[in-house]
Amino acid sequence: MTTATNIQPDYNMKVVRQFTLTTILWGIVGMSVGVLIAAQLIWPALNFDTPWLTYSRLRPLHTNAVIFAFGTSALMATSFYVVQRTCQTRLFGGPLASIVFWGWQLVILSAAISLPLGYTTSKEYAELEWPIDLLITAIWVVYATVFFGTMAIRKTSHIYVANWFFGAFILTVAVLHIVNSMAIPVSMSSMKSYSVYAGAVDAMVQWWYGHNAVGFLLTAGFLGMMYYFVPKQANRPVYSYRLSIIHFWALIAVYIWAGPHHLHYTALPDWAQSLGMVMSLILFAPSWGGMINGIMTLSGAWHKLRTDPILRFLVVSLSFYGMSTFEGPMMAIKTVNALSHYTDWTIGHVHSGALGWVAMVSIGSIYHLVPRLFGQKGMYSTALVNLHFWLATIGTVLYIVAMWISGVMQGLMWRAVNEDGTLTYTFVESLEKSYPFYTIRFVGGAIFLTGMFIMAYNTYKTVSAEEGSIKPQELG
Amino acid sequence: MDFATFNGLYTLFLIIIFVALILWAYSKKQKQTFEEMGNSIFEDDLDSKQYESTSSEHTGAKK
Repeated sequence: MTTATNIQPDYNMKVVRQFTLTTILWGIVGMSVGVLIAAQLIWPALNFDTPWLTYSRLRPLHTNAVIFAFGTSALMATSFYVVQRTCQTRLFGGPLASIVFWGWQLVILSAAISLPLGYTTSKEYAELEWPIDLLITAIWVVYATVFFGTMAIRKTSHIYVANWFFGAFILTVAVLHIVNSMAIPVSMSSMKSYSVYAGAVDAMVQWWYGHNAVGFLLTAGFLGMMYYFVPKQANRPVYSYRLSIIHFWALIAVYIWAGPHHLHYTALPDWAQSLGMVMSLILFAPSWGGMINGIMTLSGAWHKLRTDPILRFLVVSLSFYGMSTFEGPMMAIKTVNALSHYTDWTIGHVHSGALGWVAMVSIGSIYHLVPRLFGQKGMYSTALVNLHFWLATIGTVLYIVAMWISGVMQGLMWRAVNEDGTLTYTFVESLEKSYPFYTIRFVGGAIFLTGMFIMAYNTYKTVSAEEGSIKPQELG
Repeated sequence: MDFATFNGLYTLFLIIIFVALILWAYSKKQKQTFEEMGNSIFEDDLDSKQYESTSSEHTGAKK
């Protein structure tokens, strides 16, 4: 950097620290539930004949925990950090940031209690019942106020591209959540509610929400992370700032239309299905534009991958992002979807995005953040970061390969017919064939989870060390 | 104007906006501004902790 050290604004790093640590905590909790339900698919007795531990109640707990507790905590930590650093001003609204933190923890706890008790709207990724939905709305408005307020009082002349992605994520998630959660409670004293939508409209609203939760929460938000942390960790500016502008507008303009590909061959009108398919195919272009922009940021500095495992996390996450965003449009083609839908292939696709992209870019960003937030020059052990990197990579690959094979096999078995038109296989036969792959998936998930425990240990040692006592390390 | 004509014109309008965006982003006039924006994340440095290397290779060539 330049020799003169600027006087730094009095940043609010407390809320960033809180969200950073809870990201790791909720990551471990959410992924542990995932490993448990993966084990239940092999050994059903693991529900111990307890209603609260049945697969049907723990599965939404797993998805809500990893998306809204782990993923969203990571987004809140990084968005609050990036918006302050790039706007060079303290977070807007003083104590409002703390309200976001404690309010969001309250949402997470409400989900962790109500889902195992069996309260659910049965809308995927929007299972939480109406009182919790209202709380989410209130907290989200405060979050948006703090974020956009900080942008409004910025000291810089422009708004850095990462903030555009974070802003799109915050705004769109607010709209999606409010529209999809419109419901009428049975009574004011009841947790039960019914959606205001009915039939095919309800399905379309749900998957407009569902796919844009993927597009804006799990993609745009994490791209915001990419546009700040990849250049920072590589210590060079993003490959092409101009491409990032095209990337942003193309991505947000197209994503919103892709939802109907979740409803191929259903009661949804054919034109809507075709529209969803075509828009999903177009989406390939901005997705890869963004991925190339991220990866090429390292052009001329590839050697850094040899010594910096944090950069490995970030770059490999982009590779998984590229893979998933190639696979996604392919699966949105109706004829491919006829094979893949309702099989484990979908689960494999989701996890190549969730473990490979979302989790790994978050983990890399958090390894970048922890030393900076706790006054150290590096993580306690770079070797352990590297070990975590390999566990995460191997775990993800085992998981997705197992699900691909299992999914294609299921799709082929379910569609096979005899000469007289009867089905060749019963459903149970396909299930029996899936068992070995469920075991590989369980092992892959457990390996990924092990990496998270190593991260927690490494973070604990970094946070508890005397300030400034840890020196920067490189892999040998 | 019937619905189909409106949709056609609206699509055309969006394409024009998108092409204009590309032309604006890639115009020579903007090159300098965007390079500065890309570099702006290195200006504020609380990495006075000097975690990162002190070199300024980030000012290197790029597209």
